[in-house]
Amino acid sequence: MKRTLPLILVFIFGIMGIVPYYIPHGGYQTLDNMVRNDFLRILSAFAIVLGLGSLMKVHIDKIKKHRENWPYSYVLIIGFVVSGFIGLFGGIEGNGMLPTSIASFKFDIETLYLNIIVPLGSTMFALLAFFMASASYRAFRVRSLESALLLSAAFIVMLGVIPLGDRISPHLPTFAQWIMDIPNVASKRGITFGIALGGLATSLKVILGIERSWLGGKE
Amino acid sequence: MNITSDPWIWIGGLLTLCIFSFLYKDNPFYKFAEHLFVGVANGYFLTFTVHRVLGPNLFVPLFVQGRIWYVISLTVGMLYILRFVPRVSWLVRIPIAVTIGYYTGAVIPATIQADIIRQIQATILTPQNFQSWNAGSSGIIWSVILFVGVACTLSYFYFSREHKGVLGVTSKIGVIFIMVGFGAAFGYTVMARVSLLIGRFQFILGPWFGIIE
Repeated sequence: MKRTLPLILVFIFGIMGIVPYYIPHGGYQTLDNMVRNDFLRILSAFAIVLGLGSLMKVHIDKIKKHRENWPYSYVLIIGFVVSGFIGLFGGIEGNGMLPTSIASFKFDIETLYLNIIVPLGSTMFALLAFFMASASYRAFRVRSLESALLLSAAFIVMLGVIPLGDRISPHLPTFAQWIMDIPNVASKRGITFGIALGGLATSLKVILGIERSWLGGKE
Repeated sequence: MNITSDPWIWIGGLLTLCIFSFLYKDNPFYKFAEHLFVGVANGYFLTFTVHRVLGPNLFVPLFVQGRIWYVISLTVGMLYILRFVPRVSWLVRIPIAVTIGYYTGAVIPATIQADIIRQIQATILTPQNFQSWNAGSSGIIWSVILFVGVACTLSYFYFSREHKGVLGVTSKIGVIFIMVGFGAAFGYTVMARVSLLIGRFQFILGPWFGIIE
């Protein structure tokens, strides 16, 4: 029961996912829209509860057991509770029941997003520019034809998308674009075939109950 | 220099510097900013989900419009929460099975159509490709290079036979295409990150310190 019922459900819903593509009947399409846009969207939203619950559990546990860097878990929990409270009761654009401004100082969830999440997120990704540069300096040694090609392609593409590339030669941006459009697409397309076939095989294995690792646990 | 007095710009600027401090080494400022990011981002995510997904798709139809069948979605969704109740935690497999089942099913025709049929259509040589020598990516030269590139890349990933003879040659050509592709992807990714870096410096020097317009 504990494993059979989920396996039956995965098979039924798997078939329900495949069929609408091949049956363009109005009634069935409406049913599919309902399942896809309402039912599954609601289920995905509830899955967030599971994720957030696990996150909180991990950090509360960390604080209780005084694990490494535990004081920072307070920062995470307070950040989550405060922003969640402001967002849930203050509304997305500050149109909820909770006031989200004091005089001209606004603190609605959109303001938190623009002034905390956006700077932190983009700076973290920007930080990768330094690490990629230092990693490539150590890793990119021209030892073979293949590594020379990789290095040259990267260098041409990098130069081709900045104004300096155009100053060096007006053909450089065109050549960089050619690399992106022809050899890059050829290799990506070859890899895409492999990924697609692998994905199809895995999907069929999941629907047919051959692949069961998603069930987790032993029972 | 015209430093702003807007508290949010100061917060954004100081948090940016906290993240950049990682370039020196891992330190308390970075850890603070990192944990704050995870906390606030999840709070935003929760808000967005409740207001934009659960509100219009569940609460309004069920409690305002009285569409009683939405109680099924509510009940199945609530099973996720039972993950934290050890005796009945297996029930969490039901919503997971429904979600995984539907999406793995839906992905099959979509993958066949988008990643196989369309890609083959775009790769095979047609009479149109032979009408002109150079018509962008659909001209004969580029079309043949593209076709050879895809075929050779695929041959490189064919492991059922030893890469000798013809297969050895084609797989070697495939490696050349793969390396150029990886290099191009690497270069493009680096430039995207550099662009973000420039954006952060523009923020620090512009809205925060008022040095640049």
